[in-house]
Amino acid sequence: MTVKYTEDHEWLKIEGTTDMVATVGITVHAQDALGDVVFVDLPSVGTSYAQKETAGVVESVKAAADVYMPVSGEVIEVNEALRDDPSLANTDPLGAGWFFKVKLSDASQLDALMDETRYSAFSANA
Amino acid sequence: MSPNPDPPQALLETPLHDLHVELGARMVPFAGYSMPVQYTSGLMAEHLHTRAAAGLFDVSHMGQLRLEGLGAAAAFESLMPVDVIDLPVGKQRYGLLLNEAGGIMDDLMFFNTGISIFIIVNGACKAADITHIQQGIGTLCDVIPMPEMALLALQGPQAVTALSRLAPGVEKLVFMTGGRFSVAGCDCFLTRSGYTGEDGFEISVHSDQAEKLARALLAQPEVKPAGLGARNSLRLEAGLCLYGNDIDTSTTPVEGSLNWAIQKVRRAGGARAGGFAGADTILAQLANPSLLTRKRVGLMALERIPVRDHTALHSQDGALIGEVTSGLLGPTLNQPVAMGYVGPEFAAIGTRINAMVRGKPVPMQVTAMPFVATNYFRG
Repeated sequence: MTVKYTEDHEWLKIEGTTDMVATVGITVHAQDALGDVVFVDLPSVGTSYAQKETAGVVESVKAAADVYMPVSGEVIEVNEALRDDPSLANTDPLGAGWFFKVKLSDASQLDALMDETRYSAFSANA
Repeated sequence: MSPNPDPPQALLETPLHDLHVELGARMVPFAGYSMPVQYTSGLMAEHLHTRAAAGLFDVSHMGQLRLEGLGAAAAFESLMPVDVIDLPVGKQRYGLLLNEAGGIMDDLMFFNTGISIFIIVNGACKAADITHIQQGIGTLCDVIPMPEMALLALQGPQAVTALSRLAPGVEKLVFMTGGRFSVAGCDCFLTRSGYTGEDGFEISVHSDQAEKLARALLAQPEVKPAGLGARNSLRLEAGLCLYGNDIDTSTTPVEGSLNWAIQKVRRAGGARAGGFAGADTILAQLANPSLLTRKRVGLMALERIPVRDHTALHSQDGALIGEVTSGLLGPTLNQPVAMGYVGPEFAAIGTRINAMVRGKPVPMQVTAMPFVATNYFRG
């Protein structure tokens, strides 16, 4: 399993080799910058998005941020538990606080995303 | 070679800056100062702790000044639609500085000490306020800025327990009264008031003693530090305006639903009716509400979708009728609350309207404020 990161402070866990599926969430850095998450708007299952399209929203008491689709593809599952308890994005951002799963339509887009080492350096300067 | 650009204007720091950093605060620019927006426990926890126990806020960015001289009260009345002259010694009142068009230049608190009028104004407005007051009434009384003073707000139902341990006697004060007290060895002027809807105190102290006072308050078991983020969510739940968001020079007190701040004595038929900046406009709007084109209202969302500042408001048939000026998910209610301006025909309590959030209508209902019941101590 590979983990990649975007400049918009999202993580992707990629599974599979032919029909690749990415689980997407926001990073520890992102949830810390936002503060207490009180609301998420998740995409609709079955909808296809192009890379960088807005696929959702995450809001704290003090701020709102768009969640961008990190790779092109079709949303196949969303985290209903997160909708019910948005604070999961704070308490377990890399686990139970995942946002949605997307079936990749262009796996080559992964090549341009950051690995953990690069993202750590990037977020330290963000 | 091009000349060096002007350096960005350095942020001012309050006397508690180092303490904020030590406490792990996230510092942000606000009103020209570096201010704590939240501490390590976060906005939500600070908000809820203030509602349940006591939060300590540094509001030293706010402006403090006093007016001295026999003519001070009468002179100050010429700038505000408010009864200054009859305010008893030892009492505090809410006031509004108006321009000639009746627009609100700032909202403020003033206190009659018996020998002066002590005034607290908003940080972002303080320089302009002092200039305006000096130009307006500087020949009638002494206008004395007090930049050497810090201001702390201790807010919450247990604020009195914590403070009276350090300053016996403060528990006898009631809402909107105050006096001079020694608190943990610091010489303080304090009032039983604040801007969270809770019981509590605002404490003016010399900058040299501010950190000592803050540490003594934070050492009380009821007290935790709280940042400007929680101050904003608390004041919104309490239905209180944030100057610059909910009221500004383009709004009059009547449009801003602040009629309660205009005492009868300054209204038509009152003993000192009119005679303040903007009086023609204000008195006309009070006499004839049909002159109003918009009015500030409270709004609660009927779905759990936060509605933020500057969200457009639509009637149920889709017409644009106004805009949200402050909005967030109220941590106490766990429900989105907002205030904004709508046409007067949509201002009645219970009216259903829609906020347009990301292109979709979120149903809201015009709601009486405060959204959370206030908890002032009236004796």
